[in-house]
Amino acid sequence: MTTRAEPIGGPLVTPATRGLAVLFGLAALTILWRLVAGLGATTALNDGYPLGLWIAFDVVTGAALATGGYVIGILVYILNKGRYHDLLRPALLTSALGYTLAGIGVTLDVGRWWAIWKVPVYFWNWNFNSALLEVALCIMAYVVVLWLRLAPALLQPATRGGNERLRRAAARFTSLVERATIPMVALGLLLATMHQSSLGTLMLLAGSRLHPLWRTPLLPLLFLISCVAMGFAVVVFESVLSSVAFRKRPELDMLASLAGIIAPLQLVFVVLRLGDLWWRGSLGLLFAGGGRSAVAAIEFAVFLAPVVMLASPSSRRDLGALFRAAMVMMFAGALYRFDTYLVAFMPGAQWSYFPSVAELTITTGLVAFEVLAYIVIVKTFPILAAEPRVERQAA
Amino acid sequence: MGITRRAALQTMLAAGATAAGTRPADAAVLPAPPADAVGLLYDATLCIGCKTCTVACRDANGLEPDTAGSPDRLYNAPLDLSARAKTVIKLYADGPVRSYVKAQCMHCVDPACASACMLGALKKRQFGIVTYDPDLCIGCRYCEVGCPFGVPKFEFAKAAPRIVKCELCKERLASGKEPACTEVCPRKAVIYGTRTELLQEAKRRLAESPGRYVPKVYGETDGGGTQVLYLSHVPFEKLGLPALGDEPAPQLARSIQHAVYRGFAAPAALYAVLGLVMMRNRRSAGAAAPQGGADDDAR
Amino acid sequence: MTFQCPHPDRESGSFSRRDFVRLCTMAAAAIGLGPAAAERFVEAAERGAKPSVIWLQFQECTGCTESLLRTSHPAVDDLILDLISLDYHETLFAAAGHQAEAALRQAMRANAGKYVCVVEGAIPTKENGIYCMIGGRTALDILKDVGGQAGAVIAIGSCASWGGVPSADPNPTGAVGAHEILKGKTVVNIPGCPANPYNFLGTVLQYATYGTLPALDSDNRPKFAYGQTIHEHCPRRAHFDAGRFAERYGDEGHRNGYCLYKLGCKGPVTHANCSVQHFGEVDGAWPIGLGHPCFGCTEQRIAFRVPLHTTVDIERPMPPDTYAPIHATQGRVSPVATGVAGLIVGGLAGAGYVASKKLSNDQPPATAPGDAAAVGKAEA
Repeated sequence: MTTRAEPIGGPLVTPATRGLAVLFGLAALTILWRLVAGLGATTALNDGYPLGLWIAFDVVTGAALATGGYVIGILVYILNKGRYHDLLRPALLTSALGYTLAGIGVTLDVGRWWAIWKVPVYFWNWNFNSALLEVALCIMAYVVVLWLRLAPALLQPATRGGNERLRRAAARFTSLVERATIPMVALGLLLATMHQSSLGTLMLLAGSRLHPLWRTPLLPLLFLISCVAMGFAVVVFESVLSSVAFRKRPELDMLASLAGIIAPLQLVFVVLRLGDLWWRGSLGLLFAGGGRSAVAAIEFAVFLAPVVMLASPSSRRDLGALFRAAMVMMFAGALYRFDTYLVAFMPGAQWSYFPSVAELTITTGLVAFEVLAYIVIVKTFPILAAEPRVERQAA
Repeated sequence: MGITRRAALQTMLAAGATAAGTRPADAAVLPAPPADAVGLLYDATLCIGCKTCTVACRDANGLEPDTAGSPDRLYNAPLDLSARAKTVIKLYADGPVRSYVKAQCMHCVDPACASACMLGALKKRQFGIVTYDPDLCIGCRYCEVGCPFGVPKFEFAKAAPRIVKCELCKERLASGKEPACTEVCPRKAVIYGTRTELLQEAKRRLAESPGRYVPKVYGETDGGGTQVLYLSHVPFEKLGLPALGDEPAPQLARSIQHAVYRGFAAPAALYAVLGLVMMRNRRSAGAAAPQGGADDDAR
Repeated sequence: MTFQCPHPDRESGSFSRRDFVRLCTMAAAAIGLGPAAAERFVEAAERGAKPSVIWLQFQECTGCTESLLRTSHPAVDDLILDLISLDYHETLFAAAGHQAEAALRQAMRANAGKYVCVVEGAIPTKENGIYCMIGGRTALDILKDVGGQAGAVIAIGSCASWGGVPSADPNPTGAVGAHEILKGKTVVNIPGCPANPYNFLGTVLQYATYGTLPALDSDNRPKFAYGQTIHEHCPRRAHFDAGRFAERYGDEGHRNGYCLYKLGCKGPVTHANCSVQHFGEVDGAWPIGLGHPCFGCTEQRIAFRVPLHTTVDIERPMPPDTYAPIHATQGRVSPVATGVAGLIVGGLAGAGYVASKKLSNDQPPATAPGDAAAVGKAEA
């Protein structure tokens, strides 16, 4: 497929990238410390809360925020909305980086990280009862698929470079990947659907130790719906940021129509969840008072907020409103995941957990690295659609 | 909002495939313990809290002292099961009502930890004992999420951590001995035997001295049944043994996984559908207007 | 030197075979052996096979000899007159000077390879050992000579076992224990300051009767006496387990006889049997029984090295008298981390909000949908 993408160009070292690099540098040092000293010395994880910030955010929320490629893939390839095609590569890049960082996050989180290669390799030991195995295998495969899908963009400078052999190899590989588009995209969409829903199934293993406000067999479906909405929100968010940062005109039409998809998804989510609570007789718990009830109520509020914020057509064409609504939606999905993994988990009142400074530093640094990598790649490789630069007018 | 409604519905077609096969768990058909299942019977009314079992367990397993409950670090005083304590004696005291309770792995008939473990590091092996193989463990701690008793503990303090829990002294059993704790108990408050024998003995005690016990053998059906059984004169929840139904702990998550992925049928079907739709789109795109795509509806 | 023995038969002047058998039974009982051993003692004594004992004294205070004098099971006079042949002892000898040295040489000649050499006191090694000389010879030479030809060597007291008080920092004389001089020879160490005399008696009687030495640990100390720590047999152990301590001399805990661990008791790291075998034949006559913490007199690494009132680590902590509750509070929320997290989240949210406001203000006025379509088409 032809594309209008071009490298943005421009200096790689800017105040922004320098700041991000510093953040990542701090994280890298902390990562060394974590690897040498162990989890006990660096994190606040304990036996009551064995899963903490790195799982709830880096892996689960990170994966959900990396569904841009998934949802745009559905729009473009399944629903045949070719007008969103320009959004595909940036979304794929965000997804690839996001999942790669989720992979780094999970590798840092597991205590015996040097053995993590055994998970895909020791197939004769695979325990098919384990939702976590399925999530792990799907994510590992999905990361490969995402980077393969990006390979044509990343290999493009090589196809125009000086080295003859490299040029031919790059061109061959690119055409190979492009010819495999349909099976790869289908595989990618399948893998994403599988593991995004299974990330919900995961916490059901806690059984009675998961609070009734979150414990439902619909958890996989709710995770899937919210992740699709988050995917759209991330695409809007990242698209607005890119256009501002690289001084391009925002594709307001596309963004407005994307935003229009978010609202019904939010509503479906809220209705399903409320209905499920009512069906299991747990609706009263929302008003029972106490921390968990309050948090659940906030969840519903932030899920409904974008619906309200984007209710009017004029607000859907207001870049600021779109941006705000996207952020609220991302926050809502993230909050839902945090709650399912941390707040809803009830190991007993004697346990408490809050991420340590080291955990926060590594998470922040990894996100900074993701943003940094995005900027560097977007400036170096053809990811974003080329457009005449537009000078922004003051209001 | 034409596009958005349709688009949403079509998007959810894929999502629906994952939820379609989900069925609520069947009413509990209790899992069957293995024929050679062994276990422990702990009678809280006999226990005097001497903690010899904890000392013997520590020695037999080569564990370092756990001084968590000793501010001066003078004593081996675990507060709970931990990476240095595979069994612990706790005290429940409420006014004049007191009871000791010995906590350790329950060796469930259908363990959540084994269901969770990706490569089967934790698995129900010989005699139905849930054992741990560190070579298959990556330290993900998902087992800790699943266990309703909070048994598996992780060596957070080590750079090369493992999961630590009672394995019923499987090496001692192999050489014909009893587990260390049952061997040293001076009152035979905790005894070792086959699950069948122990259950019989427990029921015999309940029948013989009904006023002495809460009329239930904890672990007979709780959480699908466990191989470590409890008798007590105070309600079991007071001793930290949660009120579980008969449904095995991993049942819900597992039934959802199996319903969706049974025979890999649903994923394969979804893959086929996605592929077919894309091929159809490509064909129609080839025949239709140039790039820009087919905007279905005008706003 | 003569002794007044409290033994009733001695007072009357007669000493029957029955008295002798009774003496041997007492001696056997003292080291935990039964009537069969007593018979062996009797047989050995009747055969006239009393082992020759040569007792050397070097850098010592004679406390171990004094300690031995205060035994009655058997009494030391019964011991030295009936059960062993004490052929050389500088403190107990009536003789002195050349006569004593002659007795030593004669005993060595007569019993070469068979006599028991008992060493009391440390041996100085600096400057060729001139810091202790007896009869013109250095302690070093004497020990090598006498100990080298002995059938068995027993070092009584911490000084002879590992250097004791003379070897405390800075050890100006280079004092060491007997086994450092007699390398290659098994030296049974009976440390203590003073050594518990019954530990010595038990060892000597076993050798005298059976010709064997008791089972020894890695420091060549008899396991029957030094196999366990004071802490393991302490009568105040229940107080330790229950967390009842004396915090200062004379406080209520001290007066109630509570555990002396916090006053620096070295019982947990000291191998000895003082807690079960008291001194001076007075029940309770041992340091802890008198209300003073053990200072670890048998242990080279502890005595005269670790300050009296410094507490030691517990080697094998055992369960205390307290119990874990059903649900013990664990885990901790760090206020610093909470603050950092709040800053990050707040900062991101604030920045996002401000950015969104700016976006609304900066963008051109909202265009009608038709205009947008026209613009879009122009781009394609």
